Formats: sequence, structure tokens, C-alpha cells
Amino acid sequence: MTGEARQSFDGDAVLRFAPHVKFRFDEMRQAWIVLAPERVLLPDEQAVEILQLIDGERTVDSVIDELVRRYDAPRDVIAGDVVKMLQDLVDKKVLRR
Amino acid sequence: MTAVEPPLALLAELTHRCPLRCPYCSNPLELSRASAELDTASWKRVLGEAAALGVLQVHFSGGEPLVRRDLAELVRHATEVGLYGNLITSGIHLDAGRLAGLVEAGLEHVQLSFQDADTASGDRIAGLAGSQEAKRRAASLVREAGLPLTVNAVVHRQNLDRLGEIIELAVALDADRLEVAHVQYYGWALRNRAALLPRRDQLDAATATVEAARARLAGILVIDYVLPDYYAHRPKACMGGWGRRFLNVTPAGKVLPCHAAETLTGLEFPTVEEASLSEIWYRSPAFERFRGTDWMPEPCRSCERREIDWGGCRCQAFALTGDAARTDPACALSPDHGLLVGVRADADEAAPDFIYRQHSAGSRRSPQLVSSPA
Repeated sequence: MTGEARQSFDGDAVLRFAPHVKFRFDEMRQAWIVLAPERVLLPDEQAVEILQLIDGERTVDSVIDELVRRYDAPRDVIAGDVVKMLQDLVDKKVLRR
Repeated sequence: MTAVEPPLALLAELTHRCPLRCPYCSNPLELSRASAELDTASWKRVLGEAAALGVLQVHFSGGEPLVRRDLAELVRHATEVGLYGNLITSGIHLDAGRLAGLVEAGLEHVQLSFQDADTASGDRIAGLAGSQEAKRRAASLVREAGLPLTVNAVVHRQNLDRLGEIIELAVALDADRLEVAHVQYYGWALRNRAALLPRRDQLDAATATVEAARARLAGILVIDYVLPDYYAHRPKACMGGWGRRFLNVTPAGKVLPCHAAETLTGLEFPTVEEASLSEIWYRSPAFERFRGTDWMPEPCRSCERREIDWGGCRCQAFALTGDAARTDPACALSPDHGLLVGVRADADEAAPDFIYRQHSAGSRRSPQLVSSPA
């Protein structure tokens, strides 16, 4: 058994939270948090908005489309930010295909 | 001072009992006996209090937590009160049945220690024949059970040259993460420092190995690696700052801001029998003592990094200078930084034999607390 190859993704990829990673609202802190092995992520408001769109059904492209619609911002700017954040979380094994 | 936030994580040291005898063990020199350990009901109460206080994750640790027969019951209780459960284990005594019970109880993740990549060396450092094989078996059980696996490798002079092989071992075991932890020198490790402190050239080679592996293994293996304090220029934010992120409950129920805090003299750490975790976190003098920045001496007090590294490690400051309230000597700005320069020269001498951890060894010889420049 050896590690799988690095996961990269295209716009039509559907990402989901890795098993044993939990994205939930913490009542005490009144904030969304990500719980992963020995790691707690405290995403800011923008990151939360992206993570809320990671539902195991939307493709990366449709996540970007939705954010473009909400913010009325140039698509390439939003796409750059979103893909960078998602790739980082895939590398950290928080998200996977 | 800004408002005190609730802690993120609880290190639950269920026991000091352990089949291994690692010479850098982070348990104190005076190990608790089984008879002094908190019972199941007390641990359940502590887990409930932790969740109510805002703790998000619990790390079941020790010693070896698997020696506690009630481990699955405690994991289940943690799950029920909403805590994310990690198991920190040597892997000895882990079998499929035991693991299935833990998974069923809601365990989320296993951190498994390896003492080396080489079997003979791993067994020698752990002080237990057959341990390396048992660990390999434990790793496959964890992955077969579908749990994420972190390999923890404590590195030092006697295994650092094999860091590349340790990385390959973690990949071969299908680990998600490798935590490369340099030995921290207090307690048992301070006693064995001359046998453990790496040489500068070893360290530089290891750091280069990690950097190359990180690039090659991006997305396959996450490698956590921090430069060791004895070769550092700036201190680490030990525990994310005293009383800021973590709390630790010892087998006998003492509540500490970090697992090594009992090495500090002059602080009274309350027990879970005396007060609730919330009272201890927010109001005990021990947690207040080094919290925030008000306690800091110069050069910390006026330093722009004071809320980045929080003055470094109190236990290291105490171990090296005899005064826990001094700037961590790992900082190049510390007036005591020269102490580390002297110790580093020792790494060029021949390594003495290990003094293995054992019960009651602590009372026979007191640790060297103050080191003078060579």
C-alpha cells in the first residue's frame, strides 16, 4: 500500500470533505469551524462562504459561478482565489475528489 | 489584555503506564502509578466539562492510552459530548478487535509513534524488542479501519540521519501526515541530552531532506516539521501561548497549560477534583501566571513578536536558567542565548548510553536544571 498520486482537479471536479473532517457551526464561538485530525481551522467569512458550497454535488466551476453571481466580480479574480484555496485544502487532505 | 478565549484542545493523559521506555519520554520523571489514576467516571466528567468550556478536540494520550481498559468507553463519551477524538499511541497492544471498538465509539484519527525507520534501532530506542513490527501491524490496522493516520517520529542525533527513510516509511504505511518532532529538552530528554542533541550538519541535511520531500509528496503526505529550539534563532509559540489554546489533564487529574508544566517549581496546578475545568482555565493563578504579555520581561515586553511567539517555552526557560519567567533562551535576543551555544558543542562529543524511562527513577537522581556554557 503506497500513497496515491497528488490530487489535482479541473473545473468539472466535484470536491467533498475528506472522511473524518467536519465542517460545522460552533455555538459557543458563533463561528464556522473545520475539525480535522489534530487540527482546527477557523475559516474567515469568505472561506466559509466557499466551504458552504462544497456539498459533494457542485462542481468547482459551479462553485465559482455562484460566487461570481453573488459578488458581481470578474470571474478570473474569483476563480483564482477559489482554486488556490481549494488546492491548498486538497493538499492538506481536508478536501478530496 | 484581550479577553481570554476558550481552549481548542484537551490533552487527556489517561495513564503514565507504557510498554515503551523511550529516553526522551515527555512524561515527568516522577511517573504516576496506576492506583493514582483518575477513574472512568472522573474522566467522563472531565470530558463533559471540556466540551462545555469550548474544547473542540481531545487527544487521548499517556503513557500508552491502550493500557486503560475503559478507553473505548471514554472515546464514546467524548463523541457523545461533541468532542473530536484523536488517539495518540505507540501501537503496541493494538489489535483489530480493540480498534473496531474504538472506531465504533467514534474515534476520528490515530497518531502512531515510530522511533526510527530501522527495526533494530527503533526497538533499541523504544527499549522494547519487537516494537517496530507491532507498530507496522498497528498502522495497517488503522488504515484498514478507514481512519486517517499520522506517523509521529521524534527525531534526534541517533535517528536523524535516517529521516529520508522515515519519510518513506510513512508513505509506505499510507499515512496522511508525518509529524517530525525534534526532542524537547526537559524531564527525561534533558537527562539524556548529550545522547540526543543532533549535530548542526545532521540538522542541515535533515532540513534539506524535508524540503525536498515536501515538494515531491505534495498532496500525498503532509509533513509537519519545525526546527529544533537548540538551533533556532527565534523561539516557538509553545502551545500557541500559555493558557491560550490547550490544556492538559494528567493521569492523577492535575490540570496543566502544557504537558511539561509540572517541571516548573513554584506553581500550584489545581486538580479536576478541586475545581471545574472552566474555573481552572479562567481563574486559576497557574493559568494566569504566563498568559498574555503582562508577565513578560525585556526583551519580550517591547518585542514586535510578543504576540507571535508569546515569549517561547516556559519549561525550557526554567530548565536552562532556573527561572520560568525569563525569555526562552532559544531566542537570539535572550541574554541567556549563550547557554544553548555551549550545549551545542556537546553534540560533537561521543554519545553516552541512554537512561531509559522507568518508574521511580526520578527520585534516585535529580535532573540537571541549570546548564552553564562550556
